[in-house]
Amino acid sequence: MIKTGPYPYIAHKITSIWKFYSDGFRHMTVGKKLWTIIIIKLILIFAVIKLLFFPDLLDSRYATDSERAAAVRQALIEKRI
Amino acid sequence: MNDLMNVVDWSRAQFALTAMYHWLFVPLTIGLSLIIAIMETIYVRTRDERWKGITKFWMTLFGINFACGVATGLILEFEFGTNWSNYSWFVGDIFGAPLAIEGILAFFMESTFIAVMFFGWKKFSRGFHLAATWLTALGICLSALWILIANAWMQNPVGMEFDPSQMRNVMDDFWAVALNPVAINKFFHAVTSGWTLGGVFVVGVSSWLLWRKSNIVAARKSMKVGAWVGLAGIILTIWTGDGSAVQVAKVQPMKLAAMEGLYRGKCGQELVGFGLLNTDKRPYDGQDAINYEISIPKGLSILANHDANSFVPGIEDLLDGISVDANGDTINTISYAERITIGREAQDALRAYNEAEQRGDRQAMDSAATLLKEKYEFFGYGYLDSPEQAIPPVALTFYSFRIMVIIGGYLLAFFAAILLISYRRTHFLEKSWIHWIAILSIPLVWVCSQAGWIVAEVGRQPWTIQDVLPVNAAISDISSTSVQITFWMFAVLFTLLLIAEISIMLRQIGKSAKTNIENPDK
Repeated sequence: MIKTGPYPYIAHKITSIWKFYSDGFRHMTVGKKLWTIIIIKLILIFAVIKLLFFPDLLDSRYATDSERAAAVRQALIEKRI
Repeated sequence: MNDLMNVVDWSRAQFALTAMYHWLFVPLTIGLSLIIAIMETIYVRTRDERWKGITKFWMTLFGINFACGVATGLILEFEFGTNWSNYSWFVGDIFGAPLAIEGILAFFMESTFIAVMFFGWKKFSRGFHLAATWLTALGICLSALWILIANAWMQNPVGMEFDPSQMRNVMDDFWAVALNPVAINKFFHAVTSGWTLGGVFVVGVSSWLLWRKSNIVAARKSMKVGAWVGLAGIILTIWTGDGSAVQVAKVQPMKLAAMEGLYRGKCGQELVGFGLLNTDKRPYDGQDAINYEISIPKGLSILANHDANSFVPGIEDLLDGISVDANGDTINTISYAERITIGREAQDALRAYNEAEQRGDRQAMDSAATLLKEKYEFFGYGYLDSPEQAIPPVALTFYSFRIMVIIGGYLLAFFAAILLISYRRTHFLEKSWIHWIAILSIPLVWVCSQAGWIVAEVGRQPWTIQDVLPVNAAISDISSTSVQITFWMFAVLFTLLLIAEISIMLRQIGKSAKTNIENPDK
């Protein structure tokens, strides 16, 4: 008797899901244009806008949470002056 | 100081631009997701393949809108980290959970079930596919829920305790945050307004098909579904709008006063249906606030407190410390001048805490933290130079509210009329002027939808977090030049994207006039 474990079943399921998505994308009509827009938008947003124009100031300027907290505390104190 | 105010104003303008752009797509996603789910339900119940064709037509338009809206909300989160870093850190513990849940839900639930919706017509049973369509609609609503919980917390901060060592508001009651009365009302108001917008869109596009004398049967069927969803949507939007007014009267009475241009309130306060504000009016100058008005007697008392004879405080009343409590009773509370004093005491406590921490004086830190906790409720007022700085922009709030309500009233009549025409006076469906009223209602409903958000967010000013953090304290230490650059970059980018996206939508709608919607394979 040949033992079959869970792994061939899981692999089959993953393959089925992959085929489902790949068949779906391959047969798209309007969707191809939309996905082009989505991909261009995501590249613009993450690779250009986020990287070049929108650094997370506290993450980039300070190494630890306590430093960030101290910076925010100082900023909020100084804003009153 | 000038550069600070420039940074604040440009950052606010940038956030408003990106938020309004994002909100162009979200309500249509909410509305169309429900409408296609209903249409597919009709198909599954009747087994009429023509309804399958109709569903797939609207599903394509849903997909276009959904794709165009993808990632527009992410830019708002980027702005938190760059332009509003103090605010972002300050609220991190509160925002972190809702936004994480929203992101996870949006990605997994929607991407899974949307894939089944678009790719699975031939691969799954009718029932499974229908379930995926309904779960897509549900997933969209659940995504909206968490964002609105976060926004509601800005309007009515609850369920937290401020920790000066972390400089964060730490969530100590998740359910208080999640079940914030402002959040619950806001969620249903936003979702039902999306149904309204979706309904107008479907009726408007269907009318265009009728005008082109194309797919007449499909257009009439779609029109009925769109009108029913729209009518239910606008009725519920009006009902939840009433709920919003009650919440605003309780937790943001200054916003309500600004919405009404009300400076001195009274018992049995009238509601201004329409009026022209006196642009020279300032607090305590004795001038009339509104030059010409059409008002509803006792209307504002009924709207705010559901009590025709209740007191509704005006701007000057609130500055003086006259307000109403949660039961609607008039109370003498703390004047805004006193709030500024208390706020400054809270900030002095924070400074003392900071100095004690630098010295390593644990006892002094604890003492300062205790004092800060006592005074924290009005912490943000310490940043104001005068009580008048706590007044939101009255004109923008006042007119936006009227635009929203007047168009909302029109839409109620619009859907009722469309249903009457669709069922009882069908010969009107051939009239061009009916078609064009419906088509022109499409941009109108978007104006209404955006106006509602302007009331909510402009009426909240000067606060990023009501009473706790004003915009000039929330802003990052950056130059106004950098914000201006990104503002104009977004303005150009969004305009180009919007033109591209609208043209794809119009092209798809235009194609439908030349195809058989009910039987697209023929």
